[in-house]
Formats: sequence, C-alpha cells, structure tokens
Amino acid sequence: MLRSRGRLLAYSAILVAAVALSACGSKTGENKSGAGVTADTAGDTVKVGLLNSLSGTMAISEVTVRDSIKLAIEEINASGGVLGKKLDPISEDGASDWPTFAEKASKLIKEDRVAAVFGCWTSASRKAVKPVFEANKALLFYPVQYEGLEQSPYIFYTGATTNQQIIPGLDYLKSQGKKTIYLVGSDYVFPRTANKEIKAYAAANGMTVLGEDYAPLGSTEFGTIVNKVKAAKADAVFNTLNGDSNVAFFKEYKSAGLTAAAMPVVSVSIAEEEVKSIGTQYLAGQLTAWNYYQTTPGDANAKFVKAYKAKYGADKPTSDPMEAAYVSVYLWKAMVEKAGSFDVEKVKAASDGITFDAPEGKVTVDGATQHIYKTARIGKIGDDGLITEVWNSGSPVKPDPYLKGYPWAAGLS
Amino acid sequence: MSVLTGLGRPSRLRTGLGFAGGALLLFAVAPAVLDDFRLNLLAKYLCLAMVAVGIGLAWGRGGLLTLGQGVFFGLGGYAMAMHLKLADAGPGQMPDFMQLYGQLDELPWWWKPFENPAFALAATVLLPMAVAFVLGWVVFRRRVRGAYFAILSQALAAAMVIFLVGQQGTTGGTNGLTDIQGFFGYDLADPVNKETVYFVVAACLLVLLAIVRQLMQSRYGELLVAVRDAEERVRFLGYDPAKVKLTAYVVAAGMAGLAGALFVPAVGIISPALIGVVPSIEFVIGVAVGGRATLLGPIAGAVAVAWAKTALSERFPGTWTYLQGALFVVVVAFLPGGLATIFAWLRGRRATPRVSTVVDGPAARPVEEGVPS
Repeated sequence: MLRSRGRLLAYSAILVAAVALSACGSKTGENKSGAGVTADTAGDTVKVGLLNSLSGTMAISEVTVRDSIKLAIEEINASGGVLGKKLDPISEDGASDWPTFAEKASKLIKEDRVAAVFGCWTSASRKAVKPVFEANKALLFYPVQYEGLEQSPYIFYTGATTNQQIIPGLDYLKSQGKKTIYLVGSDYVFPRTANKEIKAYAAANGMTVLGEDYAPLGSTEFGTIVNKVKAAKADAVFNTLNGDSNVAFFKEYKSAGLTAAAMPVVSVSIAEEEVKSIGTQYLAGQLTAWNYYQTTPGDANAKFVKAYKAKYGADKPTSDPMEAAYVSVYLWKAMVEKAGSFDVEKVKAASDGITFDAPEGKVTVDGATQHIYKTARIGKIGDDGLITEVWNSGSPVKPDPYLKGYPWAAGLS
Repeated sequence: MSVLTGLGRPSRLRTGLGFAGGALLLFAVAPAVLDDFRLNLLAKYLCLAMVAVGIGLAWGRGGLLTLGQGVFFGLGGYAMAMHLKLADAGPGQMPDFMQLYGQLDELPWWWKPFENPAFALAATVLLPMAVAFVLGWVVFRRRVRGAYFAILSQALAAAMVIFLVGQQGTTGGTNGLTDIQGFFGYDLADPVNKETVYFVVAACLLVLLAIVRQLMQSRYGELLVAVRDAEERVRFLGYDPAKVKLTAYVVAAGMAGLAGALFVPAVGIISPALIGVVPSIEFVIGVAVGGRATLLGPIAGAVAVAWAKTALSERFPGTWTYLQGALFVVVVAFLPGGLATIFAWLRGRRATPRVSTVVDGPAARPVEEGVPS
C-alpha cells in the first residue's frame, strides 16, 4: 500500500494527466467557430446592460452617467420602445476596478444576453472589457472622451476622440497667442497618451512645452508641481488631471498666486459635476474643452436638462459624458430601427450615417470608425459653476481616432 | 477542519477520501452544474484560493502577517501575461500596448527571455520565490516581526504598483496587460479551452493543498507553529527561526505567483489594480474569514468572499459594498476563528466536544508574538 505522501502524489499526477488529455479546444489562428452569444430578443422586452462604477473612486462620476442612460431608456420606453419592445435595463457595478468590469461585461453578455451595453468611463476599464466584447461579438457604447488610437469593431465611441477635444483646445490656445504650455496630468493612460499627442502638436505648431508632470491618481500633494509650473512662467497650463486631484491642484494653484488671467488652465476632465465639487472660487475664469455644456443653446438641450432635473433634482447639473451617454442610447435605437433587427452585425452595418438631434447639436455616426461627428466647444467656467462657451468649431468635426489627417501625428500610432 | 490543526493525525483513509471528494466536486460536479460563465468565475475564485493556501501557511501557521502577497501574485501574473502577449504578437513582433504607448523600436531586454515558454512558466513561480527569499532573508535575519513586517510587505506592494503605472510603455501602466488571445497555442475565446483552464486551475489547487498538508503534518510544520508561538524558545533549542519563517514565506510567495499566472488565462487581465495594497489586504481578509490556521479554511474563505462579492454586487449593484462590510463584521465578531469553526462546532454538537480546542487553541488565538519585546 502506498504511503500517505505517495498516494497524494499519485492523485495529483492523475489529475494533471487528466487535464492534459482533456485539452482539445481550437488553436489560436483557427477559424473561430464561436459566433458569439445572441441577445435574447424573443420576449416583449429586450435587456440592455448598464456597466458603470457604482462604488469606488469613479462612482461620483459614473453614477451620473448611469442616471442619464436610465433617463434615455425611460423616455424611449414611454414612446413605445425599440422595434415595439420595451427596454429592460440591467445595471452592474464595475466597482472602479478593471477586472471587475471585464467580469460584469461577461455576465451581461452571457447570462443576461443583453442586446447592447452602455457604460465604462476610464480608458483602463474600456481596455479591460474590449476583448470580452470582441470575443463574444457584443456591442458596447462608450460615452466618455478618451485618448484616441483605438477602434474596436464592437465598440461605438460617443465621446470625443482627440481631434474633437484636445486638438481644438490647443488650437484655441494658439489662436490666443499662447506660445508656451505646461502639462499636468494624472499618472495613467489617458494623460500620458494625450500629452504625447500634445507634445507632437506643439512641436509642429511652434509652441514650446516647458514641463510635464504626473501625479498618482487620487494624489492631493501638488505643492511641488505648482511651484514648478509657477517657476516655468508658461503662457498656459494643459490639465489632464482626473478626479479628486483637481481639487488639491486648483487650491494650490490659487494660493500660489496664479490666476486664470495670467496663466489660464485648460482642463479636459472637469465638467459641471466636477466644478461643483471642486468649488467655483478656485475655478472661475479657467477654461475647459468639451463638446457639450449645460448652457449649450437649443431645444434638444433644454428638453434634456429639464427632464434630467425633473427626475434627479434641480441642483443636479448635466455634463458632457452624461450627454454623450444619453445620446448613445438614442443612437443605438436609431441603428436598430434602421437595421430592423437587434442582431449585432446588422446594427453595425446600419450605423453609418445615423444622425440624432442631440443636446450638443446634430451628431452623425461615422460607420468607418464607429465614432461620431461632434462639435468642439471651449468653455469658460463662471462664478455660478456653469460653463459658458467662448469658442466652437462651427460644425461637427469628423472623428479621426488615429489622427491620420494630421501630418505631425504620423509617429504616434 | 479542526482535526488538521495539528492536534491529531487524521487517518490516511480520511485524507484520501477528502481529496477524492474535493476532486469529484471540482472535476465532476462543478462543470456539470455551472455554465461556462460561472465555471470561469469559479476558476478565478480558485486562483484567489491558491494565494489563500499560501497565506494560511505563512500567517495561520507561521504568524507572518503577509499584507503584500499581491506583489508575488503580480510577478507571476505579469510573467505569464507577458509571455502570452508576446506569443500573440508573434515572433519578433511587439505587443500592441508597447507600440501604442512605448513607441519602442525593440523589446526591452528584460522582457526578451519571456518569449520562451519554459522560461516564462518557470519564472511565474521562481521569480516570486526569489524576491521573497531576498526580502525574507534580510527581514527575518534582522528579526523584523509583526506589524513592522506587515508594513514592510505592504510598502512593497505599493512600490510595485507605482513602478508598473509609471512604466506605461513597457508594462501597460494602469491598463495592465489585457486582450490576451491565446494560451500556449489554444484560443482563449473558445469555451472548451476556457474549461480546460478551469481544470488546470483546479488541479493546481489540489496539488498546492497536498503540498501544504504535507508541510503542516511534517516536523517542519510543528516547528513553524512553535516559532509562531514562542520564537525565542525555539531559538534556545538550537533552531534558526529565520530559516523556518523564510521557508514558509518563500513557499507562500511561490503559490501566489502560480495563482497569478493562472489568473491571467482564467480572467484575461493582470493590472496594478489586482496587486496593490487593497487586493493584498483582501487576500488576507479571505483567509481570516475562512479560518487562517486550518488547511481548508483559507480556501473556503477566499472562495466565499469572492463568491459573495459577485453574488451581492449582481443582486444589489448599488449597495453591495455595505452588505459585504457587514458580512466581515459578522464573521469577525461571531466567528473569530473563521468559517472553519462552523464545521468544528457542528461536529462538536454531533460527537465529541472538540470546539474548545479550535476556538481556544493556538490556531485561533490572535498572534501577538510580533510585538517587540
């Protein structure tokens, strides 16, 4: 009889051998047989997934996006649904944690068999779910401005790509005669990639980047960075900080005696919601680059703002990512109706040229890139916490995620 | 399992039956009951359980409060993920994220060896063990203990995260390494291959369990408990406590490394968010919930905590964090010895009163030896 130790080893060996023998799946590079999971569209309702961080550091921003997606779904249901079917929203918490986003995306697609998923905020969460959507051939609508250089066949990007937000921001600074800029950002993918693009732009447009500093996400220690900014005497600061760090940065900025008049800061992650939490006394007069503000004129926006405030409270501002998320649901509806089907491939095929009279103005889906044409708007933060437009691009800008139309960006992708 | 806390050797028959039962559960029942998605989640839980087995040895038996197991988990995970990324990219090609963020002309030299599958596989276990050995050697020699050791291990986790985030071009930054297509030539999008990954994880867990059981039952296991409870006395008896602790620490690190390596094909991502201070603490929480000094407690705890996280967040997406917190409070307040004490308590009610040996025995007593004397 085997001794205890020997027997354990024998068991283990058998297990490992069994595993080795059971490996008989398809190899990489073989024609993928898995056609993805088909959405469950047989009943009277169709499930759609809402994937946002409801807990963790990103919750403060992402909950507002979830709310505006829900508003769009309610409006659509009230007006008869999509192809005669009511939408049934399934909300999942990404918990500000990228692997959790991937897990929940998988759950929504495989367990709930949703027709489409709306959500994600950070680029890291999008990168984490991207393979899940691609492997299952399911659709994600991503509503937040991002750093570009991506084009997944199963993601629709309804936020701005670089040439609809950051480049217009730089163009504006250039038109104002700003020759030197200083880059401040959070230490993660969006700021690092954006700054790479900004440096290429500056080199080609006769601007000088005097410095580039990163703070860890959530950092509140900005004494050193602000001192460096002050010493550099730049004409303007380009700010890609995210979240809480902005509070500390702008407090330090003000107490160092720097002003919006002398050295304006252009921010690309501060919208109405963030202005409220940072405090207008620190932000008044500073610049932002987006595609939508609560103050954007037009009936569509008046209706959206009114509906949002009626549902969630009069003190709740609307912001660019919320608007882009709201728009994404309507764009998906229009695509489905044009395709006459919830089938993902048919929806994708129907996407090109879909337009929607959005709160930000007319938007059009570019089928080739699965991004949308958006009007770029530079705004100035007012004493009331709202942002008013000081410049816009006049007409919607064609999305160019890989910056192919810009010779100076040739080395970036 | 109170009988495994060193108070009496279970019969060989029972051990054999236990393993056979576990194997039956993992290899026959789970795949039959769970669908693809849930089975894949179970694979993830079992990876976390593998880390927990190591922590059970180092902390439960050795009294080493390792709050930095994420480092070893991450080393294993990044070693594996980098190999898979390089294999996906093809010979001589660069992984997608390096082209995107790094703008490098060629692979950095320290990633080069990971193109070789044998090297990468060995590195997933040996690299964490080597790091643990160097750190442990320095720390235990100098008799750094208790809270100081815990803080040091945690600082290491924080430092590793800062390093990875800063090196976006070569490590993927906050995104981590994601979008992994194949696993040693097998397509990970195929559910059959995903199931195979689950079987590999389950088999590895059973093997680790067998190793830890042997260690716990051996003379070394007795010595480890002795070091935990009375380090100075062990030293007077002529043993070197540093070596005893170092062994447990290095073994636990190797297990965390293997867990990280298998986590990558099971979940498809490794990122700094999985290896920093918070996940490192979560590993320990799982072990505490399960019962740290027992053999199966850490596994039960890690799986239970991870499962509860999934189940609660699916049912209550807005409030699950509060429920999870409440669960920890309840377990710590009413089951200080962890979930394992429930089994002992049940057995105690049925047969011999064994409860006291678990609740009051060295297994469940808070380890205070770390307080510098």
